[in-house]
Amino acid sequence: MTGIEEAAARIAEEGPSERRLARDPVNQAMVNNWVEAIGDRNPVYTDPGYAADSVHGGLVAPPAMAQVWTMPGLGGQRADDDPLSAMMSILDDAGFTSVVATNSEQRYHRYLRHGEHVAASTRLEGVAGPKRTALGEGWFVTTVTTWYVGDEVVADMVFRVLKFRPSGESGTAAGDVLRPVVSKDTEFFWEGTQVAELRIQRWGGTLRHPPGPMPPDGDLGAVPGYVVAAGTGTVYSFVVQHHPGVPGKTTPFVIALVELDEGVRMLGELLDAEPSQVHIGLEVEVVFVPVEAGLTIPAWKVRS
Amino acid sequence: MSIAIGAELPPLTVEASTTFVISAAIATRDFQDVHHDTDAARARGSEDIFVNILTDTGLVQRFVTEWAGNDALVRSIAIRLGVPCYAGDVLTFTGTVTGRDGDEWEVTVTGKGDLGDHLTGTVRVVVPEEAP
Repeated sequence: MTGIEEAAARIAEEGPSERRLARDPVNQAMVNNWVEAIGDRNPVYTDPGYAADSVHGGLVAPPAMAQVWTMPGLGGQRADDDPLSAMMSILDDAGFTSVVATNSEQRYHRYLRHGEHVAASTRLEGVAGPKRTALGEGWFVTTVTTWYVGDEVVADMVFRVLKFRPSGESGTAAGDVLRPVVSKDTEFFWEGTQVAELRIQRWGGTLRHPPGPMPPDGDLGAVPGYVVAAGTGTVYSFVVQHHPGVPGKTTPFVIALVELDEGVRMLGELLDAEPSQVHIGLEVEVVFVPVEAGLTIPAWKVRS
Repeated sequence: MSIAIGAELPPLTVEASTTFVISAAIATRDFQDVHHDTDAARARGSEDIFVNILTDTGLVQRFVTEWAGNDALVRSIAIRLGVPCYAGDVLTFTGTVTGRDGDEWEVTVTGKGDLGDHLTGTVRVVVPEEAP
């Protein structure tokens, strides 16, 4: 599960937001603005005499306005517990800065009358991604909104947006690489990569990678050191990643598990290698790829 | 009016001028900049400002009820967006009656713009026996 999916699962678990009351009760002025803009000339929305004789027995609001009543408006803030805005901000932070609506499925349980004050509650149904689309790479975010008058459900909607990174933007810009989690146990390793040292955790005479919090014999009092690896080894195993895409990477790319000359095995991307030319036993050496200030990632290249 | 599965709705053409895109976005209380600010829309990777989805739902309602009559009751509108409808495009809605479920007719709708299918959708509507 990716961080984005985990965040989505957390937000979905919180369930529906508090019901948020529309700015205004259903009213003629907003209906008039809407029918003028949309060009809908049905007099049941605007002509009291006609509406009184209609199937409705009086003026009603256009059903397709259901969502309009509870829109946040100009400069309007969404509620703190609004799951759509929570999900949007997580995707903004991950570099998916643009948004476009893709699906709206509205059901109208009945027509609304002037003076009725609707309230809306929204829950996050889920996210799907990352997907490559014509607009760029992005995530589909699906919410379900229910509109109430009092405790009566009057309309509901399944709504889906695509939150995407415009395709013109570089896939390797800062902000959209996957960062390693640096912990107390691993910080020596990441400090090493910044000075072009590939460091292996050492517990007495035993080397251990990935680094862990205690030695293999479980001695809680032991303190680890490290050795600096020569940086050479051979491919022990590898995968070629075709799908799904990974932020900051262009597929296909090769991830190799390399057996270092010191005996431990270490994962990393094998750069500049044709996937078809990679094989077990291939001799490789480490390269250090600077990502941004404070972060350098080790990778492999074929030994010349 | 007599309706049968397979019946086609009279097409509706809407000129999505800049004024239309903006006034409909505001009338639906959608103040996202991509629906009224050309520079902002381009900065976000669009060619121009484009019609918002609440307006699409409204246009589909208008298209179907202009055919079904003033007393028709719209029960649901489900739309899926394809290519954007930019300011200056012309949208043409076509529709076909594709099913019946109880007292509801199902109408399948397509809205075609300058770039291709802008939306496809399904509307469920109750049509009185004697429509005006």
